Amino acid sequence: MAECHPVGFQWVTEAKKRGARIIHVDPRFTRTSAVADKHIALRAGSDIVLLGALVNYVLSNDLYFKEYVRHYTNAATIVSEDYRDAEDLDGLFSGYNPEDASYDPTSWSYHSRSGQEKVEEPGTEAEGEYAEPEEYGAGGPSLKHADLAHDDTLEDPNCVFQLLKRHYARYTPEMVEEACGISAEDFAYLAESMTQNSGRDRTTAFCYAVGWTQHAQGAQFIRTAAILQLLLGNMGRPGGGIIALRGHATIQGCTDIPTLFNLLPGYLPMPEAGEHNTLQDYTGAIGSRLQKGFWANADAYTVSLLKAWFGDAAQEDNDYAFGYLPRLTGAHGTYQTLERMLRDEVDGYFLVGQNPAVGSANGKMQRLAMSHLKWLVVRDFSLIESATWWKDGPEIESGELRTEDIETEVFFMPAANHTEKAGSFTQTQRLVQWRHQAVNPPDDAQSELEFFHELGKRIRARLADSDDPRDRPLQALTWDYPTDEHGEPDAEAVLKEINGSYVSGPDQGKPLSAFTQMRADGSTAGGCWIYTGIFADGVNQAARRKPGQEQDETAAEWAWAWPANRRILYNRASADPEGKPWSDRKKYIWWDEKEERWIGKDVPDFPVKLAPGTKSDPEAGGPEALAGDDPFIMQADGKGWLFAPSGMVDGPMPTHYEPPESPIDNPLYGQQSNPARIVFPREDNFLAPSSNQPGSDVYPYIFTTYRLTEHHTAGGMSRFLPYLSELQPEMFCEVSPEFAELVGLENYGWATIISPRSAIEAKVLVTDRVRPLTVGGRRIHQVGLPYHWGTGTDAVVEGDAANDLLGITLDPNVQIQGSKAAQCAVEPGRRPHGKQLLELVEQYRRRAGITVETGNRRLTVPYGESEANTEEEG
Amino acid sequence: MVSLTEDPRRSSEAHGHRAQARKSFFTDTSICIGCKACEVACKEWNRNPQDGDLELLESSYDNTGALGANTWRHVAFVEQDQERIETARESGRQLVDLGMPSVGPPPSSSANGNGTDTKLPDTNEFRWLMSSDVCKHCTHAGCLDVCPTGALYRTEFGTVKVQEDICNGCGTCVGGCPFGVIERRDEGIIRAKTERNQSKYAQEIPNEGTANKCTFCHDRLVDGQTPACAQTCPTTSIKFGEHTDMVSQARERVAQLHQQGMTEARLYGANPNDGVGGTGSVFLLLDEPEVYGLPPDPRVPTKDLPRMYKQTAMAAVGMLAAVGASFVLGGRR
Repeated sequence: MAECHPVGFQWVTEAKKRGARIIHVDPRFTRTSAVADKHIALRAGSDIVLLGALVNYVLSNDLYFKEYVRHYTNAATIVSEDYRDAEDLDGLFSGYNPEDASYDPTSWSYHSRSGQEKVEEPGTEAEGEYAEPEEYGAGGPSLKHADLAHDDTLEDPNCVFQLLKRHYARYTPEMVEEACGISAEDFAYLAESMTQNSGRDRTTAFCYAVGWTQHAQGAQFIRTAAILQLLLGNMGRPGGGIIALRGHATIQGCTDIPTLFNLLPGYLPMPEAGEHNTLQDYTGAIGSRLQKGFWANADAYTVSLLKAWFGDAAQEDNDYAFGYLPRLTGAHGTYQTLERMLRDEVDGYFLVGQNPAVGSANGKMQRLAMSHLKWLVVRDFSLIESATWWKDGPEIESGELRTEDIETEVFFMPAANHTEKAGSFTQTQRLVQWRHQAVNPPDDAQSELEFFHELGKRIRARLADSDDPRDRPLQALTWDYPTDEHGEPDAEAVLKEINGSYVSGPDQGKPLSAFTQMRADGSTAGGCWIYTGIFADGVNQAARRKPGQEQDETAAEWAWAWPANRRILYNRASADPEGKPWSDRKKYIWWDEKEERWIGKDVPDFPVKLAPGTKSDPEAGGPEALAGDDPFIMQADGKGWLFAPSGMVDGPMPTHYEPPESPIDNPLYGQQSNPARIVFPREDNFLAPSSNQPGSDVYPYIFTTYRLTEHHTAGGMSRFLPYLSELQPEMFCEVSPEFAELVGLENYGWATIISPRSAIEAKVLVTDRVRPLTVGGRRIHQVGLPYHWGTGTDAVVEGDAANDLLGITLDPNVQIQGSKAAQCAVEPGRRPHGKQLLELVEQYRRRAGITVETGNRRLTVPYGESEANTEEEG
Repeated sequence: MVSLTEDPRRSSEAHGHRAQARKSFFTDTSICIGCKACEVACKEWNRNPQDGDLELLESSYDNTGALGANTWRHVAFVEQDQERIETARESGRQLVDLGMPSVGPPPSSSANGNGTDTKLPDTNEFRWLMSSDVCKHCTHAGCLDVCPTGALYRTEFGTVKVQEDICNGCGTCVGGCPFGVIERRDEGIIRAKTERNQSKYAQEIPNEGTANKCTFCHDRLVDGQTPACAQTCPTTSIKFGEHTDMVSQARERVAQLHQQGMTEARLYGANPNDGVGGTGSVFLLLDEPEVYGLPPDPRVPTKDLPRMYKQTAMAAVGMLAAVGASFVLGGRR
């Protein structure tokens, strides 16, 4: 965190000053480790073993927060008898379909109270189909209703608690030592620190970044931490939680108001072609009216969004212009788009503050794909490598591309930086902080707002006379933002639109103050339901800057947090089932007997008048169906999910799989890697053989990629600046003294790192900060590679790009690429150039006997067989 | 005559009603995360040119190397094994046993409050020290003493600054600084290569050919602002304030760390009886100063001047006496 998020680390420094213990778990010893109480090195990609062992430690030593777990999680809920665990099926769950490598989650469902019917997702049971991951918004999985079977003693063998216990029983300290390379002593330190620092009086927090997410089952890494935090009672309470450290300013903001293909603003899912023909089909699929919580009102959020976008053109009789929205026909993530580019199916591409030639996995594929475009627009501060690959990229040097043959027309549009435009940054706490413009952008540089507003105006002008129905959505778009004398649209006008307002009735034109005011009858408009209230009373609440010293610790008057300026989500869980604070030290939200309402230091995340003892009405749906002890109000049953009956496409409970390229066999299961991962078996995306496969000794070392404090991701904002470039001027790799000796590397000399995709050179830093680990009885070496450098002559400093080494395999839940654990070979000295470079890479591949099948066969256990065995045993 | 070197209090009083209490830095390296934001903020504010040849310096994550004309904040990175940690802890313990003035008892009980445990930190086998160095703004400043043009002067804040319009670039001050801080700026690059920085906003290199060093952000101080490095430091490793306050905070912190068993913690520059009369930039270090590239016993070169003058005077008197005597004696012949 100190390494990549130094500004946020000030709070860790402050916590440490007050006595907090900081433990840093990371394959490398970073600037964070330097100031932590303890650094624990682990093998890259083995995190679920470690976290699962912590879950096991908590359960088998009876250290879980009993009242919290019983009342606030789904521990007591009974799961379908058809469910089979990864423990039974050697690493698979029931419902696996080997043909398309995906799961039918029906058997993971809850039992309903009637005992007969499984609680499935609405709208899908008829055909027996199930949702694709891209169908879910953040509301994610829905339930048909919330009338579920429970065993409050937590003893039923099919209750979540028992399933969890069984699932993690083999995740032991010995297994941690074997799979992660962490000593029993270090594990005990970690486990004891966490459990002793959790409970009524104390809370523990997790901070993570892409070291957890960028794996073939990255979403499950976070799920494991969520299970642990629920068991320890660390969710919805001050000082608890799982904090995602964002890689850029306002990455949180651009998932809230998304730049993602599968989401609409406020985590509403993108509609699917064929599935969601009408508004009702769509909103019904997001949240059943009979499930608990606030997703049941998805229709009001959707209609308000459509009113904000299409204004008067959105009316009841045209389904509020729902038909104008684009539809998904499958996954359209960045890597699927890449494949389509290579098939010449994509004409044009916008790169807005993104540098895939350096920053995305398999850099060569990225650059070659761009050469298939007709046109490319790059909006950035400088001529980044994604704008110059056609003249000085690595493929020009290797002869794979010739500038004169490239037909792509590249447009470079200079961008204004954050001090040169007004707008907002949303950080990981969902705190939206307003920025004012300090200076005008230099020369031709423009803000995104101005660029896209102007682009929209010009396209609309061209289509003004069109009667083609496909142009209708563009014609109907509300696109009338006021601009200043430089042509810059008023950013606050956009914020007002996002906030929403009444479009009819007595309050017409007035801003909404809460999303609960949104209606599905077209009387309200709002661009992102979770942001409603940010312009309450016509005031830009995000621009509030009352200093922290003048407020209590919640600092509710500094900026604005979505939703409803709430600083901690699910904060009902900060009080016990009777509504009393768990302890005076951790007092946050509580039930006031006299006033008969929830009060406290934050905005209660609960229906404010819903008394603690209220029982759930099984017939009701939505917020009214919540019981007085259902703190997780966005979950379809009001509970924190230890077991996810749906929503995760690769299993209801996180399970350890080896990375697609791994030096060892999966020590827990016959199933080697995530059986539901998304693979790209192509000749430009070869994978290295794993563990005991033939040829695995050709790529014997793990490499992991990461960032340095001095640079920002692909370097677009740092390698072009002299003051940052001088601080880390050259690409390097970090290795242990033992490894340097083994391979013959000289400190500050050169090394060539070879993967099945490419080979790069880097200066060598031999350091005790990288330590070899003993894993599975073998000495395992990890090579650390910062990924900031790229080839292009416009930057102040250039170097080989670490991401050229990476292959593409994706997590099936969120389509993130695995980039934290892969295999390589290392040679001393500099790499060859031109054709010889390609020959070197090819030579290694031949030695390893790599084909497109290598590493891409997803099922590695005999699925049907093991299931049959289990049934016989049962 | 007390000393030929300057008394900072007196010389800042020369500023009359504009004189202020002496300002200082306290750099607490125990919470430095090595982010180098201080280096960048300093360069941004002062428009100092890029340093070095854009190559790895072969010194861990430090690619700046040292303070100089273009780098006024420099972060050192030191990787140490267990043996060295124990040596540092032991040498620190000896300082405590000697009753060094920097390690007295904590002035308040707050150091041990808030559940702070007193056991040693758990990472013992390896450590990575980081420390942000800066001009010391000495009580007895060698650079200022030797400057023949009067370009170097004591400011109303008790800090030491070059007046770039008076400096003739003679370089005498470079040899006068016991810390090797001040340097002549000869050339440098300030712009990025790309066109954005060749626009009308691009700037030329300031102060070429003159002596350069940290100004203590004098231009910020006069507006009541914090120096850029301290302002930007995310963990408050660099603290800024009145000298007396900085020194007492430093003493309190070192006592706190000692209570936690970190006997390697020690202060640098807080002793008014050292060779430069104490510094305006006080440091808390976790090992001996040499480890960070700091001189263990800095002495202002002019410190010996009074004694030298006295000896010279005595020698001159003696010489005169001898010459006189020779006349007297010779006259007898």
